[in-house]
Amino acid sequence: MKKWFLIAAVLIMVLIAATGCSSEEKQTLNVLNYDIYIDKSLLKEFEEANNITIKYDTYSTPEEMYIKVKSGASKYDLIISSEYMIERMINENLVNKLNFDNIPNYKYIGEDFKNHVYDPTNEYSVPYFWGTLGILYNKTTVDASSVSWAMLWDETHAQRIIMMDSQRDSFAAALKLLGYSLNTVDENELDEAKALLIEQRPLVMAYITDGSPDIMINEEADMALVWSGEAVSAMTENENLDFVIPKEGSNIWIDAMIIPSTTEKQELAEKLIDFLCSTDATLRNIDEVWYSTVHTEAIKQVDEELLSNPAFNIPQDDIDKMEMLRDPKEFIELYSERWTELMAE
Amino acid sequence: MKDRTKYLAYPYVLWIIVFIALPAFLVLLYSITSKESNGLTTIHFTLENFKKFFQPMYLNILWDSIYLAAISTVICLILGYPAALIISNTHVSNRNTLLFLCILPMWMNMLLRTYAWMTILGNNGILNNIFAFLGLPRFNMLYTRGATVMGMVYNFIPFMILPIYTALSKMDKSLLEAADDLGADKKTVFKKVILPLSMPGVISGIIMVFMPAVSTFIIPQLLGGNKNMMIGNLVEKLFILNGDWNFGSAISIVMMLIILLSMSIMNKFDIDKEGGARLW
Amino acid sequence: MVKKYLSKIYMGIIFIFLYAPIIVLGVFSFNESKSRGNWTGFSLKWYIELFHDHDIRLAFYYTISIAIVTAIVSTILGTIAAIGINSMKGRQKSLILNVNYLPVVNPDIVTGISLMILYISFNMDFGFITMLLSHIVFSTPYVILSILPKLKQLDVHMTEAAMDLGATPMYALRKVIIPEIKPGIVTGFLMAFTLSIDDFIISYFTKGEGVTNLSIVIYSMARRGVRPTINALSTIMLTVVLLLMILINRRTNGHERSNKTNQSEV
Repeated sequence: MKKWFLIAAVLIMVLIAATGCSSEEKQTLNVLNYDIYIDKSLLKEFEEANNITIKYDTYSTPEEMYIKVKSGASKYDLIISSEYMIERMINENLVNKLNFDNIPNYKYIGEDFKNHVYDPTNEYSVPYFWGTLGILYNKTTVDASSVSWAMLWDETHAQRIIMMDSQRDSFAAALKLLGYSLNTVDENELDEAKALLIEQRPLVMAYITDGSPDIMINEEADMALVWSGEAVSAMTENENLDFVIPKEGSNIWIDAMIIPSTTEKQELAEKLIDFLCSTDATLRNIDEVWYSTVHTEAIKQVDEELLSNPAFNIPQDDIDKMEMLRDPKEFIELYSERWTELMAE
Repeated sequence: MKDRTKYLAYPYVLWIIVFIALPAFLVLLYSITSKESNGLTTIHFTLENFKKFFQPMYLNILWDSIYLAAISTVICLILGYPAALIISNTHVSNRNTLLFLCILPMWMNMLLRTYAWMTILGNNGILNNIFAFLGLPRFNMLYTRGATVMGMVYNFIPFMILPIYTALSKMDKSLLEAADDLGADKKTVFKKVILPLSMPGVISGIIMVFMPAVSTFIIPQLLGGNKNMMIGNLVEKLFILNGDWNFGSAISIVMMLIILLSMSIMNKFDIDKEGGARLW
Repeated sequence: MVKKYLSKIYMGIIFIFLYAPIIVLGVFSFNESKSRGNWTGFSLKWYIELFHDHDIRLAFYYTISIAIVTAIVSTILGTIAAIGINSMKGRQKSLILNVNYLPVVNPDIVTGISLMILYISFNMDFGFITMLLSHIVFSTPYVILSILPKLKQLDVHMTEAAMDLGATPMYALRKVIIPEIKPGIVTGFLMAFTLSIDDFIISYFTKGEGVTNLSIVIYSMARRGVRPTINALSTIMLTVVLLLMILINRRTNGHERSNKTNQSEV
């Protein structure tokens, strides 16, 4: 017994030492991103071209990432995250301003994605992918002619409707249906929305944020509240699926690249941002990620099939009606308490 | 020698002061301070966080979690006890294998195993497809409270089987023979000899299943469809989504107290009267 | 005889229950499409992708190495601590035991964040070591809890007798105490290993850049869908362990037949 322990222990120590020593000669760049959100061969290419090592980590929610960055527990050089969290991080001085002389490819970013409320002067971030919130539904069973959020409250589809576990997104559907802003802090409006959601509860099969496309592909539900990017691939895997952005309006979300203030490799990170904004890199990313692009050149070269996909190619009319989520830090209690009430039913 | 042996524990005592007591103190501190709007906590002592918890909405969540965890624990006990008994009666050479087979599933990631259950229980899932093939009606199994309970039983039943087995295996077999010789039938032997002697294991099992079951959040999320918020979901959400570490800490302290309290009650039933509940 | 038959059926049912999801995972690791539920055809592509996926292999490496080191360190630490604690009495013992329980009793998120704050206050650099430390912190209590009952059972007179016969305390420790509590040590080791392998939240908040483990990778995958590459990895892991177990079983059965043993527990 003891012999095995000793052998294993020695082995492990050696292995640990080995990883410790291996890549210390080259510079390293620490990158944090969502999962399946980049073509990894791009990172490899960048590593080789610049003789560096990239340490690539993934995370699942912006709030988790925020805790680690704010507390100082992590030191990344480049982070790709969502607009409302970037808004908060800019306000709390966790993000560095960018030197756009090092990012000439910024010229390709579409005007629709600049000057937004999370980075009004466009000094801190570079858009990466964008999208909206909508309804993924099964054409064969659902009548989408109303093009309305009310579809999700249709009793004829009881127990075959999926809402999101994300309180802001589910509330957004209810608030928009009522004609209110999805950033409202008016308690009466929020109470109305909560009442709507409580009314909807018996019709809801499950509250799922990640994984609803799979359920739709398997035709185990009739419709789901999803982000547009998720709908794109779902529709290619099951022809019965379609996507609609309700007429009452939806939100626009933008995932963007930022450089945290703790970095010591600002220029290198900016170089990576520039590389990722090149037309070629963007096209390769689109191929991997399948989310809507912010790149004015790349969109011209995307293939027909994607362009005809309504979840990928979002109509300008809809974009004009879209509202962006604000950082809820100051008012999250208002939503959280009502959501907990809804859940504690 | 006895006097000197206890010094062996001192390094660990130092360890737990740094790595357990200190963080726990931090949690306590958070629970009794208030949350400022910028996320900074002013050293402003308050019992507000605790008062907030004692509202019907949150107490319902706590009660629901305890309720579901209790049901899962009972089911684990009913299913796990016979399993432990059978294993302890198996030939020695096979016992380790059987026990190991009980632990092995836990080495596959919990999230993955839960996803697999979703595949099995879904409306167009494996079980329902089998039912349809056999001409039986489809059942709505996923995203129900039943699915949550099943998920908890599934994940925690090895924690029930192992301690009961250990208690049973320690049992002096000659006691059984003696009872038999004195004319007791199988049922009485079980009731009067086996069951009482296995109680320490049963208690350990109950504790080891109940505790994680109460604070779990993955299972109600994935298998329950998030339709019932449990205390584990609430605490996780408070810490991560809301950034309300104060309220989250207060709830954790309440849970800690409840659990430590129930453990000390359970210890009253422990025949051996050890100075702390056991796992095995 | 009927009883034996019923026992076998019962255990069979229990094992089917325990292994159903694992078999499903294994089967779908050979699925052509990335769907979790729809079988579209047999394919080895996920296994092939696994060999090319550097990040998953790195995560696997970290997971296993941390689990093994954690198990070893916490077993040693826990054993020594348990022997010491066992010799304590009264309030002192109760206090230490109850503080020892806290990581067991607390939700992971609380342990994870409080440890993160601790490391920050000590100005530690987050990385492999911080994650390892955290794993040892939450595993050692389980080791202690596995060993204490066995220590209680230990016949005190045996150790005294050994020393009366001239053994030094160290010798008594090695030759008398440790063998008696071995089942507890083994169980503790296995528990520590198991807990470490599956941990997500505590690891997430106490790790450094570039360090990750399988649980974290899987949780990040949840957003876009867990790829069957993970199924492939898990299937390989489990198969390896099963094979190891069969091998070890053969060896110990061989030993047991040649030894006369009165130890028949885990």
